Amino acid sequence: MPESASRPEAKPEARPMIEIRSVTRSYGPFKALDDANLTIREGEFFSLLGPSGCGKTTLLRMIAGFDNPTTGSIHIDGQAMDGIPANRRPTNMVFQSYAIFPHLNVEQNVAYGLKRQKLGASEEKRLVEEALGQVSLSGLGKRGATELSGGQRQRVALARALVMRPKVLLLDEPLSALDKKLREQMQVELRRLQQAVGITFILVTHDQYEALALSDRIAVMFGGKIAQVSSPKEIYQRPVNRQVADFVGGMNFMKGEVVEVNGSAITLDTAGFGRVRTDKPAGFAANGHATLGIRPERLRVLWDDAKASHEVAGKVVERHYFGEITQLVVEVPGFEKPLSVTETNNFGADDLPVGAQIRLAYDPDALVAMAD
Amino acid sequence: MAAVVEGSNSTPSAPRGRGRAFLQSEQAQGLALISPTLLYALILLVVPVGVVIAYSFWTQDYLSIDRTFTLEQYSTALGEPIYRDLLLRSLWVSLLVSICTVVLAYPIAYYISFHGGRHKSLWLFLITIPFWTSYLLRVMSWKVILGYNGVLNSGLIGLGIIDEPSTALLYNTSAVVITLTHAWAAFAILPIFVSLEKVDRTLIEAARDLGDGPVRSFLRVTLPLSLPGVISALLIVMIPTVGDYVTPKLVGGKDGVMIASAIETQFKRGGNWPLGSALSVVTMTVVTMMALAVVFIIRQAGRRVR
Repeated sequence: MPESASRPEAKPEARPMIEIRSVTRSYGPFKALDDANLTIREGEFFSLLGPSGCGKTTLLRMIAGFDNPTTGSIHIDGQAMDGIPANRRPTNMVFQSYAIFPHLNVEQNVAYGLKRQKLGASEEKRLVEEALGQVSLSGLGKRGATELSGGQRQRVALARALVMRPKVLLLDEPLSALDKKLREQMQVELRRLQQAVGITFILVTHDQYEALALSDRIAVMFGGKIAQVSSPKEIYQRPVNRQVADFVGGMNFMKGEVVEVNGSAITLDTAGFGRVRTDKPAGFAANGHATLGIRPERLRVLWDDAKASHEVAGKVVERHYFGEITQLVVEVPGFEKPLSVTETNNFGADDLPVGAQIRLAYDPDALVAMAD
Repeated sequence: MAAVVEGSNSTPSAPRGRGRAFLQSEQAQGLALISPTLLYALILLVVPVGVVIAYSFWTQDYLSIDRTFTLEQYSTALGEPIYRDLLLRSLWVSLLVSICTVVLAYPIAYYISFHGGRHKSLWLFLITIPFWTSYLLRVMSWKVILGYNGVLNSGLIGLGIIDEPSTALLYNTSAVVITLTHAWAAFAILPIFVSLEKVDRTLIEAARDLGDGPVRSFLRVTLPLSLPGVISALLIVMIPTVGDYVTPKLVGGKDGVMIASAIETQFKRGGNWPLGSALSVVTMTVVTMMALAVVFIIRQAGRRVR
C-alpha cells in the first residue's frame, strides 16, 4: 500500500498560499459547497478527496476563477480574488479532459500562454523545451495534438500549465482517464515534479489511494462540506467519522456506548472488543454513542499455538483472493457483524478453507473511535 | 457481423465466395441504401451536365445542331467582353453576398450556441420561419422595402433624413446583395452553429486559464476551431448565388444582371444552345476554382492566427 511511503511532512511554518474563507456556492436551493474554510500552504501538495458531487471540483473551479462563490471569499497569496477573472489569476489548471488545443501541435500548445508575454522567440523556445523536458516529452514538440496517447496528452497539459510558473497548479482528476499501470507511474512522476518545481499543487480526486500516496495533506469532502483536513496518515488512521473511514479504505465498524470522555481520551463499551479506551476523535461532541473501527489489515491471523495479548476467535465464512492479499470474512461470537480481515499471502491465508476456526490478534492502538 | 466485415475488407481465400461476400458486405448494403438517390442524381444531375458539356463543343446551325467538335463557343464565352463582364460581376456579387452572409450569420450562430441555453432548438426554429414563405415572395417583399415608394424611403422621409425618395436603393447590385444575403442567412447560420457546438468548451476555459481575455481566446481558439463551419457556410452561399437568376431579374435592374440571365437568353430567345452550354461550363469551372481559392485562403489565414 502506498501510504507507507516516507516523505517530509509539510512545513507548518510555510505561509498560507490559498485561503478559503466561509465559501458557499449555491445553485438555487442546492448548496454545492457549504461554508468551506480551508488554508493551503505554500509549496504543499494538497488533495481534495471525495465522491462525485461532493463539491471538490466546484471548489477547484472557484480557485481557478471559472466560478464564483455565492458568499465568502478566496485569497491567493494574500490577495482577495473577488471579481478577478481566470486569466488574471496566478493559477493554472490541468483539466480532466486535458483540453489540448486540437489545432495546435505540442510545442504550440505549451507555448500558448507564453505568446502573450512577448518573450522573444529564443527565450520562448527555451522555456518550452525546458517544460517538455520536465514531463519527459523532449523531441515531441512537432507532434500534432491528435497524434498523442492519453499519457502524452496528460504530460502536454502539465507542461502547458507549468511553463506559466503559476503560484498554484490545479489538477482536476488528471489521472482518472489513464489505465492503472500508467496511472501509478504518473503518480510517482507527479510527486517528483512537484518536489522539483516547489509549486503548490491542488489535486482533485475521488481515488483515495492516489490522494494518500501523493499528498502532504488531504481534505475529505462529503455533500458540499469539508469533513476532515489532515495528513494522509492521520486521515487513514484517525478518521473523524464513519463516512471518512469508509471512504478512505475498508474498515470494520461497531457500535460503541460512550462511558467516559476525559480530556483527549474516550472510553467506549462495545459488543465485541468490550471496554475500549482510545483517543477522542477531533471535534467529537459527546452524545452517548460513537463508532469504533478497526482496519481489516490490523487484524492478524494467529497460526498454530501463537499467542497474542489481545485476540478473538471465530469462523471463516468467506474468502476472497486478490493475488498479493486474501480477504477473509470471519464470524466472531459476540460481534454484531462478521469481521473483515486482510492478510498478505505469505503464510497461507489463501489456503484457509471456509468454515475453518481461526484466532485473530489485534493491537488495541489500532482501534479507532469516531463520530457516527 | 465480424465475418461480414472481414469478408468485405480482406480478399477472400475461396474465389467462389467472392460474389456472395460482396452482396453481404457493408459496401453493398451501403450502395443499396443510397441507390434510389443515386439513380435520381445520375438521371437528373450527371446526365444533364453531360449533355450540357457535349453541347458546349457543338455549333448551332439555325434550327439544327452541327455535331463537329469545336472550341468556338468557348472562345466566344471567354472572349466577348459582355460575357466576361457578366461573369466577373456574378462572381463579385456572390463573393460579396457570401462574405456579408457569413459575417452577419456568425454572431447569430455564436449567440445561439453559447447563450441559447435551453432554448437552442427554439432559436433554430425561429431562424427557419422565413422559409415558410416562398423565395419569390421574399424577393418581392424586398422590392416593397427598397422601392421608390417603399418602406425604407417613406421611413427616411418621415424621419426627415431625406427630402425625396432615393432611387439608389432598388434596381442595382447592392439591392441584389441585400436580397441574397437575407435569403441565404439560415444556410450560413446552421453550419456555423454546428461547428461552434462542436467546440469543446473546456478548450475555451483552458485559453482563459492560460491568460487570454475573451477576445483573444475567441480569436485563438473558438474562431479557428469553427473555421470548417465558416468555410461550408461560404461555399453553401457562394456556389448557388453565382448562378442566381430570379433575384437579379426582380431587384437587380440593368446594373444587376448576372451571368444566369445571359445563359437563359442563349437557351431561349437567342436560340443558341451550344453557346449557352459553353457559358454554363465556364461558370461552373470558375465557381469551382473560386471556391477552392476561398478554402485555401481561409485555411492559410487560420494557420497564421496561431
